[in-house]
Amino acid sequence: MTFTTIAAPGTYTGAPRRGPITRLLEDERWLALTLLLPTIMLLGLFIAYPFVEGVRLAVTDTKVGVPGKFVGLENFQKIWSDSIFHVAVWNTCVYTAVATVFKLALGLWLAVLLNRHFKGKAITRAFILLPFIIPTVLSTLAWKWMFDPTFSVINWTLFQLGLIKARINWLGDPNLALISVIIVNIWRGVPFYAITLLAGLQTISPELHEAAAIDGARAWQRFRHVTWPLLLPVTLVVTLFSVIQTFADFQLVYVLTGGGPANATQLFATYAYQIGIGTGLLSEGATISLAVFPVLLLVVIVQLLYIRNVETH
Amino acid sequence: MIRIDRRRLLKLSGAGAVAAGTGGLAGILASGRAPAYAQGTSVHWLRWSDFVPASDQLLRTKILPEGEKALGLKLNFEMVNANDIQARVTSAIQSGSGPDIILALNNWPQLYTESLADVSDVADEIGKSQGGFYDISKAVATVGGKWVGVPWATGGGLVTYRKSWFEEIGYSGGKFPDTWDALRDAGKKLKAKGRPLGQTLGHTFGDAPGFWYPYLWSWGGKEVEADGKTVALNSQAAIDSVKYAVPFWKEAFDEGGLAWDDSSNNRAFLSGSIGATNNGASIYLEAKKKPDSYLTDKGTPMWQDILHAPLPKGAGGQFNLPGSFTNMLMGYSKNQKPAKDFLRWVSSKPVFEQWFTSQQGYTDGATRYWEEDPVWGKDPVLLPFRDIPNKGRLMGYAGPPGRASAEAQTKYIIVDMYAKAVQGMPAEDAVKWAHGELVKIYS
Repeated sequence: MTFTTIAAPGTYTGAPRRGPITRLLEDERWLALTLLLPTIMLLGLFIAYPFVEGVRLAVTDTKVGVPGKFVGLENFQKIWSDSIFHVAVWNTCVYTAVATVFKLALGLWLAVLLNRHFKGKAITRAFILLPFIIPTVLSTLAWKWMFDPTFSVINWTLFQLGLIKARINWLGDPNLALISVIIVNIWRGVPFYAITLLAGLQTISPELHEAAAIDGARAWQRFRHVTWPLLLPVTLVVTLFSVIQTFADFQLVYVLTGGGPANATQLFATYAYQIGIGTGLLSEGATISLAVFPVLLLVVIVQLLYIRNVETH
Repeated sequence: MIRIDRRRLLKLSGAGAVAAGTGGLAGILASGRAPAYAQGTSVHWLRWSDFVPASDQLLRTKILPEGEKALGLKLNFEMVNANDIQARVTSAIQSGSGPDIILALNNWPQLYTESLADVSDVADEIGKSQGGFYDISKAVATVGGKWVGVPWATGGGLVTYRKSWFEEIGYSGGKFPDTWDALRDAGKKLKAKGRPLGQTLGHTFGDAPGFWYPYLWSWGGKEVEADGKTVALNSQAAIDSVKYAVPFWKEAFDEGGLAWDDSSNNRAFLSGSIGATNNGASIYLEAKKKPDSYLTDKGTPMWQDILHAPLPKGAGGQFNLPGSFTNMLMGYSKNQKPAKDFLRWVSSKPVFEQWFTSQQGYTDGATRYWEEDPVWGKDPVLLPFRDIPNKGRLMGYAGPPGRASAEAQTKYIIVDMYAKAVQGMPAEDAVKWAHGELVKIYS
C-alpha cells in the first residue's frame, strides 16, 4: 500500500489521539461557551442572583429572620401610597439630574483645560483625581464638618469676607440640605468625568483641529464642530455610568444628613436601607430598591440606543 | 507534675459538665472548675462602641480575660458604631452565622424576636437576685412572657446645662426651669446672649427621639392607645405641642439643630456655643476627663459649671425616653449553653459591678439593685441619672414597644412632625401627616 511506504517505520505514529473534551472544544460553539463560562458564573453569582433574590423579596412579606409568603404586588401598592417614598423619588430625580448636568459641564471644562500643554500637567492630573480616590465616607465626613451649622469653615470664610451676616444653615434648611449633598456629589464625581473625557479628547487627532483652524474656525467653532461630535460617544457612556451611580447613591447622604431634615435629602437607597435594615422589613426595603430598576432601565435603553445611533452615523 | 488518675479525671470533668449542664454560675463557682466545654469553644459578643471608652477598655483588658478563666471559654469581643449594629444583626440572622450574643439598643429585640433564643432561665435568675428588672427593661426584652434578651443596662438623657449661665438669668443655686414656659423664657434670654438651647431635629437615633418623644408625652400626646393598634396621635394635645414648638424653636434654640447628629450637641456644648442640651452624661464626663481642654469663659474647668436636670413638665406630666441595652442570644448560635453561662457570669453582681462602676453614672442598671450602688454617691452631679428608668416611657406609648413603634422611630415620624412644623408646615397639617404615617405603620 502506498500509504505504508511513505511513512518510515518508527517515525510515524499517526494523528495524536484526541480525548472527548478536545474533540468537543474543536466545535467553536462549545469552545465559546467554555471560555464564557467563568464570566457567566461571575455575573450569575454577583449580578443575576442578587437581582433575582431582590425580586423574590419584593413579592413576599419577608422580615429579618422570618421567611415570608408570596404577597404579589402588595409591597408596591404600599410604597406607592407612602408619602416619604414620593419625597425620596422626587429627591433622587432632582439629585441625579442636577448633579449629572454640573458634573458633565465641569468635567468637560476640566478635561479641555487638562488637554492643553502646561508645566506640571502630570501632577495636576493626578491631583484632580483625589476626590475620586479618597474613600467617600472619609471625604464626606470632612464635608460634614465644613457644613456643620456651628463650626462651618465655609460660613466662617464667608463671614470674614463680609459676604454674610448670619450663618448659613447648610444641612438644616431643607432646600440648602439638598443643594449641599448635590455639591458634594458634584465635587466627588467631576474627576471621573474629567479623566474619562480627557482620554476621549486625546484620541482626537490634532490634525482635525489644525485643518479646521486653517479653514478659519475659531476656538468655539472648533469645539462645537470637531471636538464635541467626536467626543459624544465617550460622553454618553460616561454619563450613563454616572447616572446609574448617582441614582443609587447611598453613603454620601447617609453620612451627611441620614436623609433629614424631615426627609429633605431622603433618596431611594437611604430610604431602602432605613426600611430594610432599620425596621427589618426586608421585603419593603427590596421593593423600594427595585422601584429604581424601571427608571434606570429606561435611561439605559434610551442612552444605548442613542449611542448606537451616534456610532452608526 | 500533678498526677491525675482515671478516677480523678472522671470526677473533675463530671463536676464541670454538671455545672455547665445544670448548675449555671452557682454550679460553676461551687465546683471551682471551669465547665468542660470542647476545646476551642468560643463565644462572640458584639457591642456598640461605648460613649464611655473606659468601660470598653475594662471589658477588654480585665473582665473578659477573667471570664475566659472562670468559664473555660474563648471570648471574642467586638465593638462597632451603634448605627452599624443593625446591619450586622440583619446579615447575621439572614446568613445564620455571626456573633453569639449581640447587645441591642432601644427596642431592637422586638424586631428580631423570631431569631432570638429563649433566655428566660438566665433573665429570671438575674432578675430575682438583683431586685427585679425595671418595667421598661422587661417590656423591651420579653414577648408574651418569654425573655428574648437579657437586659444589660438602661441609658437616657437629662438636660445638661451651664450653671453660671442660668444663674445670670435668675436661676440661682443651680436651679433649672421646670416648665416649658419657664424654659422657653430662659432660652430666649440665653439666645439673646449667644448661648441658645441646643437640640437636634435631624435624623439621628438617640438625641432626636430622646427629646421629642418626652416633649410630646409631656403635653399629653401619644402615638397609640394601649391596645397598640389604634393610632391616637391626632389629638389637641399633640397639635398644641407642635404649635408651641415652632416659636419655642425659633426663640430659644440653636436653629442649626435641624442638621445635628448625636455628637453635634456634645461638640456645641463643649465649645461653649449652647447653654443647655438634653443628653447622656457623656458631655460632663468628657469635660471632667479633660479639665484643661474644656474651660469656661472665665478660664475655670467647664465640668465644674455643669449640672443635670430632667426635661420640664407639661400638662401631661414629666417624662424621659430611656435607652435600653439588652443582650440578645442569637437563635442560630451553636454555642447556646456556653453563651448562656457567659451571660449569667457577666451579668452577675461581682462582675457587672466592675463595669457599672466604670460607667460613673452614664448608665443605670437594668435592675433596681443598682440604684443603691456606691457609684451614685461619688459625684452628686451624676446622681439625677439614677432616676431615669422610673420616669421613663418607651416609644410606641401607650402601646407595647413592638415592631410598629420601631418602624415609626426608624422613619422619624414624631421627630419629623416637629421638623416639618418648624420648617413652615401648619401644626394641624404636620400632626395629620404624622398620624397618617402611623396609621399605615400600625395597620
